[in-house]
Amino acid sequence: MPISVKIPTPLRKFTANKDTVEVQGATVGAALRDLDTRCPGLWAKVCDDDGKVRRFINVYAGDDDIRFLQGLETPVADGSDISIIPAIAGGC
Amino acid sequence: MPSFQDHLSRIKARIDEISPEDVQEKIEEGEGFVLVDIRERDEIENGFVAGAHLLGRGHLEAKIGTVAPESDAEIILYCAGGVRSALAANALLQMGYTNVKSMAGGFARWAQYGFPVQTRKSLTKSQLARYSRHLLMPEVGEEGQLKLLGAKVLLIGAGGLGSPSAMYLAAAGIGTLGIVDGDTVDMSNLQRQLLHTEDRVGTPKVESALKMLKGINSDIEIKAYPFRIDSSNVLDLFKDYDIILDGCDNFPTRYLVNDACYFLGKTNVHGSIFRFDGQVTVFKPNHGPCYRCLYPEPPPPGMAPSCAEAGVLGVLPGIVGVAQAIETIKVVLGIGHPLIGRLLTFDALQMKFRELRTRRDPTCPLCGPNPTVTQLIDYEHFCSMER
Repeated sequence: MPISVKIPTPLRKFTANKDTVEVQGATVGAALRDLDTRCPGLWAKVCDDDGKVRRFINVYAGDDDIRFLQGLETPVADGSDISIIPAIAGGC
Repeated sequence: MPSFQDHLSRIKARIDEISPEDVQEKIEEGEGFVLVDIRERDEIENGFVAGAHLLGRGHLEAKIGTVAPESDAEIILYCAGGVRSALAANALLQMGYTNVKSMAGGFARWAQYGFPVQTRKSLTKSQLARYSRHLLMPEVGEEGQLKLLGAKVLLIGAGGLGSPSAMYLAAAGIGTLGIVDGDTVDMSNLQRQLLHTEDRVGTPKVESALKMLKGINSDIEIKAYPFRIDSSNVLDLFKDYDIILDGCDNFPTRYLVNDACYFLGKTNVHGSIFRFDGQVTVFKPNHGPCYRCLYPEPPPPGMAPSCAEAGVLGVLPGIVGVAQAIETIKVVLGIGHPLIGRLLTFDALQMKFRELRTRRDPTCPLCGPNPTVTQLIDYEHFCSMER
């Protein structure tokens, strides 16, 4: 079973407007790499040049922020969800 | 004819009574028990035993569970003289409560002894009518409505989020509602900012908001602050409020509000929107994460377009702002489970809500164990830095 990555609306221009992309990978990092091969450009939006998740974006494995787990090394099981949640400031 | 005196004697033989002296002693000893005033509302106007739950006799059986969820909880009832509370104690015993007492001599004897009496403002006749749908709910009731009327809530922004939250909070009877915004009403605001109207385009937003909110509820105090908050004025402004509702539109203000709330120990009810997406959470200092725990750094300039640049679905702030208003009311009333340590995300295109866990960051520069942010900083600079 693939892993479902939930894409926030600001990044859906990379996914042909799909809100979920199915990928493969044993860790969050591997899954995001696979996402980038399917939807080129997404990796650089989520991670910086040092390969770390950007500080204004949170990546969740299931309901948990991977910063408090093992970061991009956090294992993911087949059939589970990864969510990309960027900071948004709007209120107007 | 059945005799009331006989009936009362039989009941008094069945129930336990406790003297006001013993009740006072239990209070002084800090013993945990549930004290319930079952008198009518006009009897309470001259005072009640400090700390008592004002449930009244009429719906006592329906409401007692909200203050005494366990059947073996120690419940002490009192009325004016000890008769009605004896009958009520019998009713609770029949209901299945096992440890119920009636205070002998009631409130009259309590007051004679000079034991502590608390008075409160009670709702006026017009407030009873206005808030009647709240009063019917045991989770709010008159006690809760008085809490709402005593609450002071400050809204950051009279825009998309501030509009629905301000209108609902005003209607709900939040007694002091502050609203701070330095902008004037623009025609492009009317697609979503329900506080404002065509004839008020060009006027300060807080003035426009004041007109709308006064029209909804003239019973509350509304304070308008026609300026933009910054490090020089934020602490002075926030200090008089209990809860800050953040509906601003930019990152520097998000971090400013977060830090100021943390320093002052104020709960920050956060809502943010972008195009079709919304996020809601509650930051309660030292009870859960802060905004910096959630997002340690703002996006670099240009990476996160504002609503003015990228657009926003006009009705989206309705959902998010109302969720903020609900959280605010829950925090004021102390009911339910506020979104502390939880981030609610909303996707309007999929019409999906999700809940994500948020945690306190042990490396948080503000609320972590080794803070480096110990006073307000230059937030414009913080948010324009290239990292």
